[in-house]
Amino acid sequence: MQRTVLSAIALVAAALVGSVLAAPVNYKTPDETAAFKPGPNLEVVQGNCAACHSSDYIATQPPMKDKKAFWQAEVTKMIKVYGAPIADADVGKIVDYLAATY
Amino acid sequence: MFDRRDLLKGAGLAAMAATLNSTKALALETVTLPFGNGERPLVKYPQKRPLIGLTSRPPQLETPFAIFNDGPITPNNAFFVRYHLAGLPYDLDPDKFTLEVKGKVDKALKLSLKDIKKMKATEIVAVTQCSGNSRGFFEPRVAGGQLANGAMGNARWRGVPLKTVLDMAGVQAGAKQVVFGGMDGPVSDKTPDFTKALDLAHASDGEVMLAYGMNGEDLPFLNGFPLRLVVPGYYGTYWVKHLNEITVIDSVYDGFWMKSAYRIPDTPDNSVEPGTTPKATIPINRFTIRSFITNVPDGAKLKAGRTTLRGIAFDGGKGIKDVSVSTDGGKTWASAKLGKDLGKYSFREWKLPVKLAAGQVELKVRATSNSGETQPDTPRWNPAGYLRNVVETVRVSVA
Repeated sequence: MQRTVLSAIALVAAALVGSVLAAPVNYKTPDETAAFKPGPNLEVVQGNCAACHSSDYIATQPPMKDKKAFWQAEVTKMIKVYGAPIADADVGKIVDYLAATY
Repeated sequence: MFDRRDLLKGAGLAAMAATLNSTKALALETVTLPFGNGERPLVKYPQKRPLIGLTSRPPQLETPFAIFNDGPITPNNAFFVRYHLAGLPYDLDPDKFTLEVKGKVDKALKLSLKDIKKMKATEIVAVTQCSGNSRGFFEPRVAGGQLANGAMGNARWRGVPLKTVLDMAGVQAGAKQVVFGGMDGPVSDKTPDFTKALDLAHASDGEVMLAYGMNGEDLPFLNGFPLRLVVPGYYGTYWVKHLNEITVIDSVYDGFWMKSAYRIPDTPDNSVEPGTTPKATIPINRFTIRSFITNVPDGAKLKAGRTTLRGIAFDGGKGIKDVSVSTDGGKTWASAKLGKDLGKYSFREWKLPVKLAAGQVELKVRATSNSGETQPDTPRWNPAGYLRNVVETVRVSVA
């Protein structure tokens, strides 16, 4: 209990100091915990996808009937629309991983 | 800034929210939104209480629905977060922040935050809502951020009218649109930077605002600190965060985020037959009208007899004329009592005493605006999962 009170005071004190020395913001996000699921060609997927976004972008997509077509469309969108520099040889590997794993 | 009490209170609320929002709390750390693949972590970011984590890089956070029952203003630490690109200005220095106004203007401007705060301030209470709010409920499902109903919020914004700044710069004859850029950007220079545009007449209507204040405080970092665009009645995609670049142009802006993304079908109700592709599209614009029951979650068990239902309603800026509630699956409807009017762009609270008979009961809520717009009984559909505003149904067991 006492420790809770003390750490609360410490936090408030830190907050006050922080607001006096406001600039720059130096905002810190929590550690990224989401990880790509194990699957075929995992390292190709990590190398190509993770530079721009976390793996939860993939994991939270809806369950689709035609997984292969869905993920093919998504990978194509990443390349054509968002300019992802994915080598032609890797496209099939990534689609296979996504369709088999998510 | 937050303290430990907020944290604890926040965690408690989020846990409660998980229960109330027809979301199952598996542990304090996880909720399950009511659609396929809806499991999400509850995550704690600086300046925020625990929120539903959609993605971590860039961050996207959804407000647990029960928070909307606490009042018409969404607290800053509960307000949803949506980014597109992972290059966030984490180290920005508000003392060095500059807003640039340029393009087809007589006098290009560079304004500091101090310059902006010295101008005559105005305030407006307005909802912002992600275009893809409720996308997870679309059938057939569509790609994109799979959100339940919590990617919306209502705040009292403080700042200066965009018109004031445009007038200072002197918009030249022939100008057509105003383009907005923020400090957040893409990781790869091949990815189109997030940039949005409004027609000049809209941008200079006196309501569109450059906001630095939110509910009496600075904007939280994740909601666009130190300055964001406020476009009352319009979807959040236009509310550019970390706004530092305003460009007046004499053409219609054709960048990716206007020309290709955030488009809705150009049909009378902006929907198409589920699973089909629209022939023509237009940029998404004003909110469709929506209403929610906030004090009874789907699947709740209630006692037969008298109880009071309450909730919120909002629309794209005409204001709410009526909220009607049905306790018999839509056969009969009764008008609710509307709460305090905080302005035509705000959430409007409503409540209605009802008498519930025993059995399985479908509660429904339907709002109508001052222009007569109301909510459809069946969901509209479009390929991007925008504009959802079907009459919401809450199924409860009464005994």
